[in-house]
Amino acid sequence: MATVLELPISAYESVVDPDWCPGCGDFGVLRALEIAAGKLGIQPKDLMLVSGIGCSSNLPGFIHAYGVHSLHGRAVAVATGIKLANHRLNVVITGGDGDGYGIGIGHFIHAMRRNLDLTYIVMNNQIYGLTTGQASPTTMKDVRTKSTPLGNVELPINPVALALVSGATYVSRGFSGESKHLADLIGGAIAHHGFSLVDVFSPCVTYNKINTYDYFRKRVYKLDAEVDYDASNVEPALQKAFEWDERIPIGVLYRSEQPTYEDLEPALRDGPLVRRELRLNKEVFDELMEEFM
Amino acid sequence: MTTRQEVTVGIGGAAGDGLDKTGDTIAKTCSRLGLYLSAYNSYQSVIRGGHIWLRVRIAEEKVYSHGDHLNLLIALNQDSIERHAREVNSGGAIIYNSDKLKCDSVLVGDGVVTVPLPIAELTKPLGRLQPVMQNTVATGAMLYLLGLDFEMAASVLADTFKHKGEAVVEQNINVARAGYDHARERFVPLGYEWNFTRIRRPFITGNEAFALGAVAAGCKFYSAYPMTPASSILHWMANHGAKCGVVVKQCEDELAVVNVAIGAGHAGVRAMCGTSGGGFALMTEAIGMAGMIEAPVVVIEVQRGGPSTGIPTKTEQADLNQVFGASQGDYPRVIIAPTDTTDCYYTAVEAHNLAEKYQLPVTIISDLLLSEHPETIEADAFRHDVPIERGEIVDYWPEDKGQFKRYAFTKSGISPRVLPGTEGGMYVAATDDHDEEGIVISDVFTVPPVRRKIQEKRMHKVDAVLSELVPPQLEGPHDADVTLIGWGSTSGVIREAIVFLTQQGIRANHLQIKYLHPFHSKEVTEILRSSKRTICVECNYTGQFARHLRAETGFSVSDLILKYDGEPFEPHHVVQQVRAILEGRSRSLDVTMDEAREIAYHYIRVHLADKVRPARIEQVDGNDGSEPLWLIELVGREHGEKEGELRVGKQTGSIFQWQPAVLSGGARAD
Repeated sequence: MATVLELPISAYESVVDPDWCPGCGDFGVLRALEIAAGKLGIQPKDLMLVSGIGCSSNLPGFIHAYGVHSLHGRAVAVATGIKLANHRLNVVITGGDGDGYGIGIGHFIHAMRRNLDLTYIVMNNQIYGLTTGQASPTTMKDVRTKSTPLGNVELPINPVALALVSGATYVSRGFSGESKHLADLIGGAIAHHGFSLVDVFSPCVTYNKINTYDYFRKRVYKLDAEVDYDASNVEPALQKAFEWDERIPIGVLYRSEQPTYEDLEPALRDGPLVRRELRLNKEVFDELMEEFM
Repeated sequence: MTTRQEVTVGIGGAAGDGLDKTGDTIAKTCSRLGLYLSAYNSYQSVIRGGHIWLRVRIAEEKVYSHGDHLNLLIALNQDSIERHAREVNSGGAIIYNSDKLKCDSVLVGDGVVTVPLPIAELTKPLGRLQPVMQNTVATGAMLYLLGLDFEMAASVLADTFKHKGEAVVEQNINVARAGYDHARERFVPLGYEWNFTRIRRPFITGNEAFALGAVAAGCKFYSAYPMTPASSILHWMANHGAKCGVVVKQCEDELAVVNVAIGAGHAGVRAMCGTSGGGFALMTEAIGMAGMIEAPVVVIEVQRGGPSTGIPTKTEQADLNQVFGASQGDYPRVIIAPTDTTDCYYTAVEAHNLAEKYQLPVTIISDLLLSEHPETIEADAFRHDVPIERGEIVDYWPEDKGQFKRYAFTKSGISPRVLPGTEGGMYVAATDDHDEEGIVISDVFTVPPVRRKIQEKRMHKVDAVLSELVPPQLEGPHDADVTLIGWGSTSGVIREAIVFLTQQGIRANHLQIKYLHPFHSKEVTEILRSSKRTICVECNYTGQFARHLRAETGFSVSDLILKYDGEPFEPHHVVQQVRAILEGRSRSLDVTMDEAREIAYHYIRVHLADKVRPARIEQVDGNDGSEPLWLIELVGREHGEKEGELRVGKQTGSIFQWQPAVLSGGARAD
């Protein structure tokens, strides 16, 4: 096996400094992503960040790589098109819980069904930050926010459970306050051949006074420290997915090797679509016309 | 047309009656004999039942619409006889399965011969047959009556069924022959004499032309969500994707469809997606994104009857406003409305070239009529060696040159692009506004001159596009009495209407416009200003194109000819309205007698279980004087006796009263 030429974090340094609030969980995610990409030896030219809209979705602007800062809720769809066009690119989707689990939830589910080789890092702060503090799809019940001053009456989405039943083949959860652990998770996610979810507790220090660093430090425990946890089965993973209140597991809940959408798409058999000759073969053209006569 | 060089065959039945295959057989037979065809299928949004009405116009010379005649009716169900028998022109025929159906003489016009086919008797020696074989018997009879070559039809049947084996082929040919022989024994041919050149030509729809043009231009990605009448592009692409090296993706919704296509376009693959009005509505936000991040994408909107879910299987041209108004803000885009089937092919090619060269979204706006009607084109109409122009793509950016400026402020507005994966070219494409390097300007301090200059850069690209596009030409005599103006699919019917008008002593010329944005304001204004009388012909209620014309030129056309009942224009519609306009006659929106009859049929189907039919229709005053009424007598289909009356408002079309007759003798209850 060839030696991977690792890259230092500085290889990914952008001219633009992140403008997240000091203490924002997203700083930890950015750093973990840079460490993970570096360890895997991914050149900036081969890294494509795709995001939607929101504080977390600003991430592509803060990293030296290719990026598309697209539309609210559409990052997964745009990433799908990019990946199908050039499946040699390492496509990493970065966004928040509002973007990904609300408006974007349809595309999220369908991408997992397809098991496209994408990595989706969701910075889950259980609030809408950029729009100044409304409830998000993962805001817990009864929490008071700008849009739910009397307390949220809805149940939160369970993203990892949703991922498990939708066909994702690498389902993990991380915490911004556990950066080394997170870097390993992200590295595993990118290296994984198939759809990888990394749902990251990334506290919003400005608008979410409940799901804080302390909140998570008191509750998270690492799955890989559990000797008898088998990440190759969906059922035990689902049980872990529903653990909340007192103890919240982080790490890889589930992992499986399955053919990806790109593996099964006939037009990609000869390599990336972007490298194919545009001009249609004349014989093929004549055969196509013949069908109409 | 009064010469015998053309004939229009109508096949009527229900969904599930196998009409498509019958139409195909007839079309292929005539096509291979060297005849020109134009067909139109009037169908409903239902899988089984309902009414399917396929008209195939067959001629020795090219025809540009499905015309407005009916010479031969093949009726596969009773409803079709009921609806269409009276439309058959004198000299024509009605073919039907007399085992199952009845053709009441009261429905048949003068000089029309009925051709009952005792299907069971005719096909008895041929073994057990599926009911759909009645279609093939009818086709055989039709071939004899129209003087078409049986052997050619036999070879078409052989091709169609060869995958099912020799026995099935034999059987089909014999079934057709049974119909042919029966007609020959009992009936006189209708008198058509053809010159069969036997030149083979393609018979193809607008949607198929779009798909072919796209793949010829190097399109390698097609995404769609099934929606009438765009789905046939998806079906063609799905069936041929592997062969052509195209990734074909049906997505979960139109939001995904367009975003996936833009992602692919951004990454350097020619990408296209297709939909109808309701789907396009979901795509508008993303189209603005393509304009902002300067990614190439081609979007096809095939208009259908709206608003909302509308009339999904009917045609209309009412989405111009939507396409033109798509997405927030000012952004660079191109909108093209191809005018005929061949134009669909070349428009798809042009769209992909414009999208990549100018790095913007190109919307092709079609409609059900153009996209779905099949017509004959010349064998060399579609060239394989179309131009493929990708614009400026940088394939390497050395480190010592610093940051690649993806959105460099150039004089032309076009900034050379790098495809993701290119050494040294890293940048982020943002939907937030940004500077030359792609760095977002909206978060820390939105610098006004940077914003001004990038907006100018983007928008200036479209000026360059216009200089590449061929301006519309005025066809016909420059000193004509009237100028007929259309956009998109009306080109064929306007062309044919003008032939009739000219025969009737009215000189007309024709301006058909396909480039909606950017718009050739200068050239169009000049043409309009030198016209004696301008009439805009379009399929919508509000005259959307006339309004667009006025917005782009300041010129208001004299009159409008509008149609929005779901059915396409036929030449006589245009001719009658032009004459009314020129003669100063008011054009009324009142329900005509024919329309009253159709309204009655609708009521009878919904409320009276198709047991009666409309007979005598006369105009009477309304009881309360509010509006004149059509008084429609309803008689039983079995016995012909009066069963009651229907009253339909002449102005409103409202059904006022169903008055059943008293069945057991004595005075009617009035």
